[in-house]
Amino acid sequence: MHLDKTEISLIGVAVATALAAQLSPDWLVFTLTLAISTALVVMGVVMLMRAGLVSFGQGLFYCLGGYAVGLGGRFLGITDALLLIGLGVIVTVAVAMILGLLMTRYREIFFAMLSLAFSMILYGILVKSHGLGSTDGFGVVDWTLLWLESETADGANMALLLAIGLALTIALFLNRYFKSSIGLACEAIRENEVRVEYMGISRQQVLYINYVLAAAVGSVGGSMTALAAGHVDPTLAYWTVSGEFVFIALLGGTGHVAAPFIAALIFTLVRTYAVELAPNAWQMILGIVLLLIILFLPKGIWSLFTRKKGAAS
Amino acid sequence: MLTVWAILIDGFIYASWLFLVAAGLTVIYGVMRILNMAHGSLYALGAYAAASALGLYYAGGGDQLWMAFVIIAVCAITIGAITGLAIERGLLRLMYGRDEILMLIITFAVLLILEDVMKLIWGTTPYFAYQPYAAMGRINIDVLTVSRYDLMVLVVSIVIGASLWFWLERTRIGKILRSIIHDREISQAMGVNVERMFTITFMIGATLGAIAGGITAPIISVVPGIGIEVIVLAFAVVVTGGLGSITGAAIGAIIVGLARATSIHTMPELELFIIYAVMAAVLVFRPHGLFGQAVARKI
Repeated sequence: MHLDKTEISLIGVAVATALAAQLSPDWLVFTLTLAISTALVVMGVVMLMRAGLVSFGQGLFYCLGGYAVGLGGRFLGITDALLLIGLGVIVTVAVAMILGLLMTRYREIFFAMLSLAFSMILYGILVKSHGLGSTDGFGVVDWTLLWLESETADGANMALLLAIGLALTIALFLNRYFKSSIGLACEAIRENEVRVEYMGISRQQVLYINYVLAAAVGSVGGSMTALAAGHVDPTLAYWTVSGEFVFIALLGGTGHVAAPFIAALIFTLVRTYAVELAPNAWQMILGIVLLLIILFLPKGIWSLFTRKKGAAS
Repeated sequence: MLTVWAILIDGFIYASWLFLVAAGLTVIYGVMRILNMAHGSLYALGAYAAASALGLYYAGGGDQLWMAFVIIAVCAITIGAITGLAIERGLLRLMYGRDEILMLIITFAVLLILEDVMKLIWGTTPYFAYQPYAAMGRINIDVLTVSRYDLMVLVVSIVIGASLWFWLERTRIGKILRSIIHDREISQAMGVNVERMFTITFMIGATLGAIAGGITAPIISVVPGIGIEVIVLAFAVVVTGGLGSITGAAIGAIIVGLARATSIHTMPELELFIIYAVMAAVLVFRPHGLFGQAVARKI
């Protein structure tokens, strides 16, 4: 298999992060794990954005992934992390395949609002499910990874290594996906979908596949968050959480497969400090930064890198 | 039979409240094509302003009911108009001509900012202004007890709905606005000052949101986050009815209100679920809502 430059650097960064984590304090390892999990969900939002769709309801799949891990451990007695994540993906893909039939008929704000409505439906159901802890949610079982137990001294590190492994796999896949015919057709649909139809490509089919894939990726992010945090609650599906994913997606931009990871890392780190230093001004900071990005960096942080490269050559 | 009456009364009271909340949202979208997420914050601002002013009034020994309503109206209209003007002139004006979806994200940013501004001004402790609600008492309809304040909300909602209809359909400005709705560029070419009309529309829409909040303040405890909860309800109502249509908002409010009341009286655990389920069901069959108009796709 021939690897291109992006793929080699992705593998390099992943290995470097995994090695650096061995020397990092636990809180940093945990923050990194959360950032990577968030980035996976954001990746789903970015996939939709590349097709010109903005989802204010990606929390639906995030939550499904998280709850699948929680419920699978609790009721099915599954403890293996990979099996739990797989369960989440199966459930999410099943749901997305049904919703996708409807969602791919909508564009612009209708897509945004309908996706929001579906995630709020899940939120509404979970809040009223007293057996599942209602708004408090419930704890996730102690998980294992193949032959390793998470409840050893190095549980946090194990979660991070798992997250890095999953993120690398998905990033490598998406890097190829974005250059595949479906990935490119998505961008064409964003520009002008009627012409795409003229060229003999079914926009419905392309958007459908893209939607289901984005959901699956979001589910992995949710499962990973649940495994790392050890807890799930209905806020995973609340619409402001989905709003944060849109924020991170815009922060990073859609230009590169690595952009969501950088944006999610900045987001998670800034939030860790902002919530501590100014708990009542955190959302305000978010809002102001969001406006500044839209005004001055419409292609996201990633455009800073590409611009520099362009100037140098 | 009793349940049916209870559902109808509760449903229409809830629908009138929903309409109050959603009216401003649909007016702004209809004219400006901006789906204003910050509408929830205007609702919360109106509620906070009214609740804190009523608190001062009652703490100062006031006990006149009519005075309480004057206070609610003055507070809500002032804060709604000022905030609306500030958002439109200060921010949205710079963004006209961008994608609808980008405007949605921009107003989401405004919502986030306003949420924290309110926390900084009013803190996180709840505000109560239950006095007008308690003072009006209850009446008995057959064997059901209904709060007079809730019935008043119903009347206010009908009055506001009728005034909006009159304003849009029977006045000169309304006619100009309808021409903008039909074709922004042609109306501009015909000499309509579209920018000023946008400012007026946004201020009116914002004020409607603040009035809804002010009227609701005596019914609820005013806490951070009420705006975020309310905005998704308002979205569900206007999307069900068809974005940008006053009639649509009214019909949407009634459908959602009755559906929720039915659910509360028969299957309370489905309360939140039912609102969005109705919206999704309508959108499956009418992708642009009951009274919405389809837009031609660009080629």
